[in-house]
Amino acid sequence: MTVTESEQLAYVAAKAADARVNVELETDEGMTLNIGPQHPATHGTLRIVAKLDGEQVLWVEPIMGYMHRGYEKLVEVRTYPQVTTLVNRIDWLAASCNETPFILATEQLMGVEAPLRAQYLRTIFHEMGRIAHLTMFLGDMGVQIGALTPMFYAMRDREFVLNQTESVSGGRFHPNFNRIGGLKDDIPKGWLEETIRVMRKMEAFCDQMENLLLGNEIFEQRTRGIGIIPAEIAQQYGLSGANLRASGVDWDLRRDVDSPMAWKHADFDVITHTDGDCYARTWVRLQETREACKIVTQLCEDLPSGPIMAKVPRIIKVPAGEAYVATENPLGEMGYYVVSQGDLGPFRVKIRTASFHNISIVPWVLRGVYVPDIISILGSLYFILGDIDR
Amino acid sequence: MMFGLELAYWQESILRSLGVLVAVLLPAGTFVYVFLFKMVSFMQNRLGPMEAGPYGSMQLLAEVGKALQKEDLVPDKADRTLFKLAPYLVVATVLLTYVAIPFGPDMVFIDNEFFGTGIFYVMAVSSISVIGIILAGWSSASKYALLGGIRAAGQLIAYELPLVLSVIGVVIQAGTLDLQRIVIAQATGEIFGWGGIGNPFILTQFIGLLIFMIALQAELAQTPFDMPVAESEVVGGYHVEYTGLRFLLFFIGEFATAGAFAAIAATLFLGGWWLPGLDLEASYMNVVGPLVLLGKMMIFGGIIFFIRFSYPRLREDQLQRFAWKFLIPLALVNITATAILKVVF
Repeated sequence: MTVTESEQLAYVAAKAADARVNVELETDEGMTLNIGPQHPATHGTLRIVAKLDGEQVLWVEPIMGYMHRGYEKLVEVRTYPQVTTLVNRIDWLAASCNETPFILATEQLMGVEAPLRAQYLRTIFHEMGRIAHLTMFLGDMGVQIGALTPMFYAMRDREFVLNQTESVSGGRFHPNFNRIGGLKDDIPKGWLEETIRVMRKMEAFCDQMENLLLGNEIFEQRTRGIGIIPAEIAQQYGLSGANLRASGVDWDLRRDVDSPMAWKHADFDVITHTDGDCYARTWVRLQETREACKIVTQLCEDLPSGPIMAKVPRIIKVPAGEAYVATENPLGEMGYYVVSQGDLGPFRVKIRTASFHNISIVPWVLRGVYVPDIISILGSLYFILGDIDR
Repeated sequence: MMFGLELAYWQESILRSLGVLVAVLLPAGTFVYVFLFKMVSFMQNRLGPMEAGPYGSMQLLAEVGKALQKEDLVPDKADRTLFKLAPYLVVATVLLTYVAIPFGPDMVFIDNEFFGTGIFYVMAVSSISVIGIILAGWSSASKYALLGGIRAAGQLIAYELPLVLSVIGVVIQAGTLDLQRIVIAQATGEIFGWGGIGNPFILTQFIGLLIFMIALQAELAQTPFDMPVAESEVVGGYHVEYTGLRFLLFFIGEFATAGAFAAIAATLFLGGWWLPGLDLEASYMNVVGPLVLLGKMMIFGGIIFFIRFSYPRLREDQLQRFAWKFLIPLALVNITATAILKVVF
C-alpha cells in the first residue's frame, strides 16, 4: 500500500488530536489514572496519563521530560574527545553503542577511518553492549508480566558480558573506550578466548529463556495478539529496531548501511516476525541476542592484527561541515547529526534516539486495551528513560 | 477438661486463645521463612537473608521490628475509620478459620457437639476477608488501591465457588461436614477392603484437590492470580497506602491464610493430623498430631509458593473466564461423579 506524504501527515495529525491530553482528574467519561512518573513499570520517570473506563483504556498520553539532562546543549561546551564520556549515559544499558555513531560521524567529518582491527573491536563492543541490553530486556519482560524469576537469571548471565567489557576498558557500564580514529587500548591477552566462552554461555542463556519465558503458556496468553502494530503504522510513527522488525519490516542499519564497522565481515541474519504483537517483539529481541552472540564469536575468531589507532593529531580540530551517522543500537536507530565550524568542539549536535520515536506510538497502540496490557505493551516496546529524554 | 486437667472456663478460654495465636503465627512465620525467604532464593540463584541469626533465621523478627518502628500513616483523604478497620478484619478472618481445624483427637478449639458444621463454617468465614480487602481498597482514597480492591473482590467471589464445590466431593464421600470426622473417615477408610493406609481422599478426589489448589491460589492472590496486588500494574493494589503495623497485619493475614488453607487441604485430602501406623485414639496424638499436620501443611505451602515464583501473571478477564468456563463446570462434574460412585459402591 502506498501512502502519499500528505495523507500520512494528515493521518498522524488526526491520531495525535484523538489522543490529546486532558489532565483533569475526574471527568464524566471515566477515571484518569496517572501511571508514573514513579511507577515500577515505567523504568524510571515516564509519566502516562490514561483515561479509563473500568479497566479499559479510553485514551492515553505519555508525558516525557522528567529526566531531561540536556545532553545536546552540554556537548556544545565540550571538546570532541570529551563528548563520548557524556553520551555514554544516554542509553545507560549499552553504553558503548552510544559512542559508536558519534565517533563515526566525527571521523567522517575529519576524513579519518579507523584501522581494520579497531573496526572489528568496535563492532565486538557494540554487539556486546547489545547482548547486555537485550538480556536485561528479557528479564524485565518477565517482571512486567509477573514472573520474577527470569530477572535473576538474566542478571546473573549479564555479569559475564559486563566482566568482559570491564577487563578491557575498566568500566562496567560506561566503558568510554572508543577514541576518534580508533580505540584507547588493545585487548588484554587471553581475552578473545574468554569472550568466545562467554558467548557460548549467553547462547545457553537464550535457550533457557526461550524455554522458561517464551515457552510459558501464560506468557503467550498475555502477549500474543496484544498491542499489534501493523507495518505501515510502525513506519509512519518512525519506529526502529526490533519494534519495527517485529512488525515485519526487514530493516537493519547494520546490513543496509555501509559504515566503517565490521558487520559486513560477519555472517548474520536479520530477524523479522510478521505478527507485530508483544510476543513478536520479545521473540525478535531474543533471536537478536543469539545473532549478536554469533557476530561476536565470528569477529573474535577472525580478528586481524595491526594497529588500533589511525594517525590523528594530538589536538583534534574538526573541519567545518555537517554529518549524520546512525547505527543500529539495541533500542533501534540512534543517530548523531554533528555540525562543526572548525573548532575544538561541535557547534551543534542533534541526537536521534530510538526510544523517543518508539514511545510516540503509545497513544495509538494503547487505545482500548486493558490496564494489565498497558504494562506488557510498554514492556515489549522497551524504552530507556535516558534514551527518551536525553 | 483439657489435657486431663480440671480448668475453669476462663482458664480454658485463655489457653484456647493463646493456642489460636500460636496456630496462626507459627505456620505463617514458617511459611515466610522457609518458602518466601529461602526456597525462592534458591530458585532464583541467590542466598536469601543470611545476616540475621544463623542462616538468616531471625530475619522474620527483624522484619517485624522494622514494620513496628515505622510511622503510622493515614492518607489525608482516606476514610480513617474504615482504613484502620480493614487489616484487622482480614486478620480476624484467619483466626476464625483456624478455630475449625482439628490438630489431634482432643486438640480442637471448639468441641464437636457444638460445632458440627466444620468445613461449611470455614468456607463461610473465609469470605469475610473480601470485605476487609474492599474496605482497604475503597478507603485508601487511591486509584491504584481502588483498582486492586475491585479486582480482588471480583476474583475472590469468582473463586469462592470452585473452592466450595471442590470440597463437596469430599463431604459426600466422608458423609459429614465436621473436619474431625473427615479425618477419622480417612483414617478408618479402606481401599477395596485394604485398610493399610486408610483412605486419604487425595486418591479418590484427585480432581477435587486440583480444583481446590487452583482456586486456593486465586483466593490467596498468589501468582498466576495475583492481579489484586500486581506490583508492576497496580503497585501493591489494596495495600498500597498501608505502612507499618497495618501493612504487617495484611502481610500476616496473607501468609496465615495460606497456612490455614494448607491445613484445610491437608485435613480434607491427606488425612489431617493422622498418619498410617499411628494410633487414632491415643493421647500422644495430641502432641504428634499438630506436628504431622504442620508437615502436611508444608507440602501444600511448598506447592503454593513454588507455583507463585514459577509463573507469570494472568489477566483479570482471563482469570474470570478460567473460573466460570472451566473450573466451575469441572467441579460440578466432579460432584456428580462422586455422588454416583458413592451410591454405586
